This record gives sequence, structure tokens and C-alpha cells, in this order.
Amino acid sequence: MKKGVMRPGHVQIRVLDMDEAVKHYTDLLGMIETDRDDQGRVYLKAWTEVDKFSVVLVEADEPGCDFMGFKVVDEAALNQLEKDLVDYGVGVEQIPAEELKDCGRRVRFTVPSGHAFELYADKKYTGKWGVSSVNPEAWPRGLQGMKAVRFDHALFYGPELAAVYDIFVNVLGFYLAEQVLDPEGTRVAQFLTVSMKEHDVAFIHHEDKGKFHHASFFLDTWEAVLRSADLISMTDTSIDIGPTRHGLTHGQTIYFFDPSGNRNEVFCGGDYHYPDHKPITWKAEDLGKAIFYHDRVLNERFLTVLT
Amino acid sequence: MAVFQVVNRTTGDHFTCQEGQSVLKAMEQRDLKCVPVGCRGGGCGFCKIQVLEGHFECGKMSKRHAPPEAVEKGEVLACRIYPLTDLIIECVPLPEAAPAKQTTKNR
Repeated sequence: MKKGVMRPGHVQIRVLDMDEAVKHYTDLLGMIETDRDDQGRVYLKAWTEVDKFSVVLVEADEPGCDFMGFKVVDEAALNQLEKDLVDYGVGVEQIPAEELKDCGRRVRFTVPSGHAFELYADKKYTGKWGVSSVNPEAWPRGLQGMKAVRFDHALFYGPELAAVYDIFVNVLGFYLAEQVLDPEGTRVAQFLTVSMKEHDVAFIHHEDKGKFHHASFFLDTWEAVLRSADLISMTDTSIDIGPTRHGLTHGQTIYFFDPSGNRNEVFCGGDYHYPDHKPITWKAEDLGKAIFYHDRVLNERFLTVLT
Repeated sequence: MAVFQVVNRTTGDHFTCQEGQSVLKAMEQRDLKCVPVGCRGGGCGFCKIQVLEGHFECGKMSKRHAPPEAVEKGEVLACRIYPLTDLIIECVPLPEAAPAKQTTKNR
């Protein structure tokens, strides 16, 4: 957080059918619908999140991710980061306050992998859902499905990882927590953090620009991950792989798809990161174990099925 | 409930598909692998097929992978088509989706 970027704040996901998508993200994932706007977008949050929304669904002709936003500590930091991006040669676009309801102005930029990111300082503080901020109970009643705790991170596929690294690490103050290096020493995956989490955003090399691999949601326990697997079967939801453990980050995980083919993850556990930690390296030749620690074999789908 | 026959001319596999069931789901239920399985949601384009004969209904598909002009010609995603008659299909070579599989070894 050394440059004032605090945490992942939101992600806008394109869906083919809004009703199916809302049902998936609320009934199955357990997010809470908090608003809709005149563009037809639907705003959702997970129950422990203090701001009004973290996922925005928008109906579109093709699925994928429009942008991911990071919240910064204050307006002064936003101004400085905007200046730093411009000085570094990154083009920025001003998105006015209220373009997303109850969100302040956003500074949007596209990195060389083809993905759009945003920085913002203000969003309406609504507090955790269903619990008081004074003497709060442990959890709220009435949560649905997987009872997602928070939107945690996203993984993107695209080219030019080194240039993306430079922007996130040198301009925005992220740290490299984990990486995958090929035999020539080229970084083919990078897991970046601005917090104690093992990743706040990650990138894996792919020839095509702007590909969305997954949006990930945190759960408290392995039991909750297994219960999510039960729910995936109960609802006949399209599964990708799991429950299993990753080598990278060591998180315990399950992957599945929303009704438009966007991949979701729910996970628990995983390593932690402090700024004095050196990056963890996985060898590309051991990618099977790095990604799926138990099977130690990649499923082709994980590397190629994207939106 | 009506049951239709689906024949994959590329691989020679054939399987039955119930009314209202997607071609991909019917294939997976019979543990066949003659069409690549991706997201199963019309989003990733992995299960693209060419329908050579027969009629079907379509669910929503990504326009990137199944643009209207291609759908007109029967180039569709198996996860989002529901047969109305028996179908003859063939596989469509994957686009950029699976570069690893197209790599040839020199020795």
C-alpha cells in the first residue's frame, strides 16, 4: 500500500442474460443485490464488504470483464497516482463520479495485456451487510448459497507481462508475491499484492489480449469450499475443477462457471505476504503442481477456456 | 419426451439427446469426448461445431464466438443448442483457443 492503493474494490462482469446471472451471483454465490442503474447494470456486494458494491453485472453480447477497480486511501493519493501514471506514459481516462452509482470519480487506464483497471477513492460506505458495527454478531442470518465473504481478486490472461509488472509494481506500489518462470527465465505468471493477501490481482501469459480468467471470492474454511462443491452439484452448475489446493499461493479452491461462461473461484486459506517477503518462484516445467497441487496435472481447460 | 440422435461425422461418435437438453450435455452424460468442453455457458467458444443436417433451437451465445452470420450457417456452440430433429454435426478446428495442441514436435 506504499503508493496508496488499498485493495480490490470492484469488477464489472459482462453477462449474456441478466436474470440468469443475478440468480447465480445471489442464490449460488450468496452475494447481495444492492442497486440497479438506468443502464440495466446490477450492483452486488458480499456480506463482509463495507462499501455498497464490489461486483457490477452488465448485459452484453459477449461475456468477459470490462474493468477491475482498486480503492485508494484518499483523494490526494488518487491525484498523485493519476499523475504518476501519466508521467510513466500510461494514458488515463476520467470517469465522472456517479457513472457507477454512489461511486466517486474513477481514473481508468489500460495496461499492455489489454485489461482496463480503475482507481477511485470514494464509494458509499454501507457497512457490513446484516450485522451492526457496534457489538456485531458473528455473521448475519439470511445469507444464501456459498455465503461469499468478499470479492477477493481476479486473474487475467494476456501478453506483455513485463510491461504490466512495471506499471503495477513501479507505479502503483504492488509487490510481486509469486511468479512462474519458464526455463529461459521469462515470467509467464505473476501474482501481485498491495496487502497481506497472497494476491490482489494476477496475470498469466496468453497471446490474446484482454482475456478474463476468473473472479475469485473468499470463504472462511475448507468446509465452506466443500459445501460450495455440494451446491454446484445441487444446482447443476458448470464445474471447472476442484475442490483441490493450488501450489501457487497454497489456497484451497474450487472453480466453476457463471451461466455466461465467466469463470468464478471460491477459495479459503492461502499464504500471506509482507513487504519484506521475497517472491516465491514456481518453475513452468512444474506448472501442473503449481496450479493443481494434488493432481499435479493441468487440465487443458484451465489454460485455454477464457472469456 | 422426444429423443434425438446426434452423429458426429468428424469422429464417428453418435449419442442420444433428449428434448430440451443441450448437445454438449448429452455428449458429456455418455462420457464421450468428441466435442471439446469449455465453460458450458456459451461464453468461451470451445465447443464450436458445424451442424450439417437437422434443426435445433439456440440459447444465448457469445457473439464473438457465434456471430449471427455464422449461426445462420449452422456454426454454433454445442453447449447452447437444443435439437428439434436428429442432427449430423462435425467438429470445427479450434481457433486460438488451444495453441498447445497444434504444436508439432520435430522428433
